[in-house]
Amino acid sequence: MALVKVRHYDSAGSRVFDILNVVILLSLAAITILPLLYILAGSFASEAEIDSRPFFLWPEKVVTDAYDFMFATDTFVRALLTTVCVTLVGTLIQVALTLTMAYPLAKRHLPGRVLVLNLIIFTLVFSGGMIPTYLVVRELGLLDSYWALILPLAINPFYLLIVKSFFQELPEALEEAARIDGCNEFGVFWRIVLPLSKPVIATFSLFYAVGIWNDYMSPLLYINDEQKWTLQVLVRQLTAPNADSANMLGQQSTVFFPEQGLKFAVIVLATLPILLVYPFLQRHFAKGVLIGSVKE
Amino acid sequence: MATDLVPGVAPDLPKPTPPAASPSARKNPARRLALLLRHRWLYLMLLPGVAYFLVFKYWPMYGLSIAFKDYVPFLGYSGSPWVGLKHFEALFTGPDLGRLLGNTLILALLTVVFVFPAPIVVALLLNELRVRVVRRSIQSLIYIPHFLSWTIVASLTYLLFSADFGVLANAIHDLVGGQRTDYVAQEEWFRPIVILQLLWKQTGWGTIIYLAALASVDTQLYEAARVDGAGRWRQLWHITLPSIRPAIVVMAILTSGNLMDSGFEQIWLMTTSLNRPVAEVFDTYVYYIGITQGAFSYSTALGLFKGVIGVVLIVGSNWLAKRLGQRGLY
Repeated sequence: MALVKVRHYDSAGSRVFDILNVVILLSLAAITILPLLYILAGSFASEAEIDSRPFFLWPEKVVTDAYDFMFATDTFVRALLTTVCVTLVGTLIQVALTLTMAYPLAKRHLPGRVLVLNLIIFTLVFSGGMIPTYLVVRELGLLDSYWALILPLAINPFYLLIVKSFFQELPEALEEAARIDGCNEFGVFWRIVLPLSKPVIATFSLFYAVGIWNDYMSPLLYINDEQKWTLQVLVRQLTAPNADSANMLGQQSTVFFPEQGLKFAVIVLATLPILLVYPFLQRHFAKGVLIGSVKE
Repeated sequence: MATDLVPGVAPDLPKPTPPAASPSARKNPARRLALLLRHRWLYLMLLPGVAYFLVFKYWPMYGLSIAFKDYVPFLGYSGSPWVGLKHFEALFTGPDLGRLLGNTLILALLTVVFVFPAPIVVALLLNELRVRVVRRSIQSLIYIPHFLSWTIVASLTYLLFSADFGVLANAIHDLVGGQRTDYVAQEEWFRPIVILQLLWKQTGWGTIIYLAALASVDTQLYEAARVDGAGRWRQLWHITLPSIRPAIVVMAILTSGNLMDSGFEQIWLMTTSLNRPVAEVFDTYVYYIGITQGAFSYSTALGLFKGVIGVVLIVGSNWLAKRLGQRGLY
């Protein structure tokens, strides 16, 4: 990338602009990151400190009350386990379905391919909407089932089209060689195409996983059973205005209860996995993997 | 059950037929079977995906028919009685439509004015940064919020605007004065907060497409312009901006297609009993009366109305883009 353009601007105005530009962009970065650092600091602060100091990036005294409390409740541990399992299984299904569907669609000679592609592209423009989809899920008996958090979102049409474009770019000669050696189409896909696609698979696994992890609408629509809450629902329940968090976590009001600290801690716990995978995510999307989606 | 709806996809072929088939022979039914059989593995791989689209995308589209029926759960989609345009009459004569359309359009307008240009400006500023390390680091930081859920963003907002200890609540209080209130709950603060959230969450991520367009600009153009005596502003105006115009057009079309979709999760999470009059938009109201009140048919009619406008918007803006000599989306 020839982004470092060798420019020799000597005018004062140009220099002032450069300095101003750095200041503006650094403030933008600060605005982005400071709220998150505050939440992290707040999760390790005492109740009194949260109430008395409006903003801080390091607690006066580091306490882990909120985390101790959180991990001692069934509600949180169950929500965490549920979310981890649903995310893992869901991602597996999504990636498998996306890859297997994208591969045949990448074969230009396949009769019926255009029909299926149009079928997919149409869903980008128009959809049945919330209520009809809800009724379908209900009809299938998936209400209050973990499958309702996975199956309705099993394939992201955008990701599918990007993976399809990627498959189309792969050199045909390799596949041809495998075919001559007696591989059938699935064998070619499994032995040749998939190993070549590891970076793409990694990228979309992460994107799908983040999508499921962050999903709030599906549990809101399809899950009523409190035992099946996901982490996002718990975050909402604990931080919503007028949340009765003590009652929700099954605590007697007499027991010490870090009410504000819990809100900070649950946000940190629900965000942490995303931030942990973020460096890996960034390595891929920065290369422009997602850009292709806009033009197809 | 659903897969047999698509002709030419189902690979249930009993007869063995000669494998050779050229594209020119497609009209012959026997040859066609042969073609299908030859590609049986590919069709088999296509099958689960097609089944997904039929069940979770096209079955709900068929379900839109209940907008013209009185949906009774135990009668199902097809058994419920037709009522014609009853629900649409109720929609167009009732008080809901004006309020929802108003709220949705005001948010859409604010989005177009404030949220849409923000990534373009930031991308241009980033493009002018000369030190690559600084640029990379800033990019890494401003992409982060895109990956946080709306639940997190909403909770963050509630904490920062908390009347008891929120730093932003303090800032507003110092700025505006008057009595301390719970800003997140108030009607007049709903729209500014929603727009701020959108700016915080999406601006950084939005720069990616423009930065990609900027990266592909031929640097010789800049050199030539400098030789001709063009300053930075002139270069920006005559080289940089034209080079990202296609990207801007594509994003504008996509944005206009989504004008009616005020993000459901965001709005739902930020709605309180006090700000509901300005907060309620199509999707949240559909959820509210459909799922919680059980008015399935009426809410489906509302959703259908919204969906049709969305299609008209995206087709219309694409047409407009082409009329103006741009490439458009399709």
